Amino acid sequence: MQNIISLKTICLFFFFVSASVFAKEEPKEGESDIKTEIKEYINHHLLDSHDFSLTSYTTESGEHKYIGFPLPVILWDNGLKVFSSSKLHHGESVAEVDGNYYKSFHGKIYKTDASGTINLDEHHHATNEKPLDFSITKNVFTIFLVGLLMFFMFSRMAKKYKTGSLPKGMGRFLEPIILYIRDDIAIPNIGVKKYKKYMPYLLTVFFFVWIINLLGLTPLGVNVTNNIAVTLALALITYFLTTFTANKNYWGHIFWMPGVPVPMKIILAPIELLGTIIKPFSLMIRLYANITAGHIVLMSIIGLMFIFKNWLGSSLSFGLAFALSLLELLVAALQAYIFTMLSALYFGSAVEEHHDDH
Amino acid sequence: MEKLINEFSIGLFFWQLVLFIGLVLLLRKFAWKPILDAVEKREEGIQNALDSAEKAKLEMENLQADNQKLLKEARAEREEMLKEARDMKNKMIEDAKTEASESAAKLIAQAQASIESEKKAAIAELKSQVANLSVEIAEKVVRTELSNKDKQLKLVETMLGEKSLN
Repeated sequence: MQNIISLKTICLFFFFVSASVFAKEEPKEGESDIKTEIKEYINHHLLDSHDFSLTSYTTESGEHKYIGFPLPVILWDNGLKVFSSSKLHHGESVAEVDGNYYKSFHGKIYKTDASGTINLDEHHHATNEKPLDFSITKNVFTIFLVGLLMFFMFSRMAKKYKTGSLPKGMGRFLEPIILYIRDDIAIPNIGVKKYKKYMPYLLTVFFFVWIINLLGLTPLGVNVTNNIAVTLALALITYFLTTFTANKNYWGHIFWMPGVPVPMKIILAPIELLGTIIKPFSLMIRLYANITAGHIVLMSIIGLMFIFKNWLGSSLSFGLAFALSLLELLVAALQAYIFTMLSALYFGSAVEEHHDDH
Repeated sequence: MEKLINEFSIGLFFWQLVLFIGLVLLLRKFAWKPILDAVEKREEGIQNALDSAEKAKLEMENLQADNQKLLKEARAEREEMLKEARDMKNKMIEDAKTEASESAAKLIAQAQASIESEKKAAIAELKSQVANLSVEIAEKVVRTELSNKDKQLKLVETMLGEKSLN
């Protein structure tokens, strides 16, 4: 109890002091440089990239040096084009493949002319032609890595059960989580009779989102779940699983809600139908927004350390960033839990048996 | 929203979808199914063990109750047998007693009856002997004393006197 109180006091202290420091801060010349740099860095971090760079620095001659390794770029532009991302030089040079010229601009690959001109519209958007990009980007590389990791982790764990019925090694830590998902997420929401066929998806999605969220908190700089494409793919699987395993009762409740007058039934049908799409949509946005917001806030506060450049402000920012990192650790697990929980809830509504009481 | 659509990467979406579906299918076969099966089997085993322990306990209790009942029955039976034996003994003694007394009484009665009959026979014989004697005496008296009247009378008197002394 005392620990919690003292923790709260420290947090409050940080909050007030940093707030007062913010208020006093006046924008000065020369600081806008570092501010824009931080902003750009954050934006860059939130985007996908075509190579796996752990960090970068600028040499005295003004040249950007990247530490990392290139990844394959796969384009569909009237035929498959595969080349190494080292050719793109982080958007600094034009890559020539089979007579076509490609340039990376804000993390996207555009088709350009030989000199690499990017035509911009008034909103600062490139108007060049975009080839279909199936590159193994940093995020794709990471999800494959996580997939492999999960496969080895859980198949090893499964093998241990062949020798004895008690969990060994990693299973001791993972089994309670698996049991929790079965007993407290799947069975209460879906029901004892039908939970089994959804278990592989629920378990995979929980561990996948959790591991990938945790990876996002490491200094590796990978950031997968703040890509709407990733969360869309996950939400879409939930949607299709719900839709294709749904029983008559589920569709009955959508198109012809029992127990309400006929005009209401007609009004309710499109609303319910829309609801089936909104549910997975909310799943997608929730995961995306939570992780993105967490990353932006955390990186902004880390960036503040470099803006303050005094011991008080910087150390306070550090304390705040530390506290927020702990919070993000919780959010990483929480979002995985919420995604799994809500998926189970939707599956449960899809296979719910008919009850006479409503 | 426009930024979101602009940032949307078809490639990442495609790879995520492919990888994730593949991962679910692979893990289902190689991880989740064996793990969940093993866990379920274990839980079933634990449940069975608990059930059989409970059953054994119940059986034990039943057995003990049975034993207790048997013991009680045996004890009651013994009691009864003892009681029966005692009763029989008493009855036999009683019977023997009554029989003995009965036969004794019978014997006594027989003895008395035979004594009585003997007595009667003796009396009868006595009577007949007395009659014979009387007849003999009368004969003798008649034979010897018929000559002398006095003597005859004296004889009768002495004889009679003797007889009465008898």
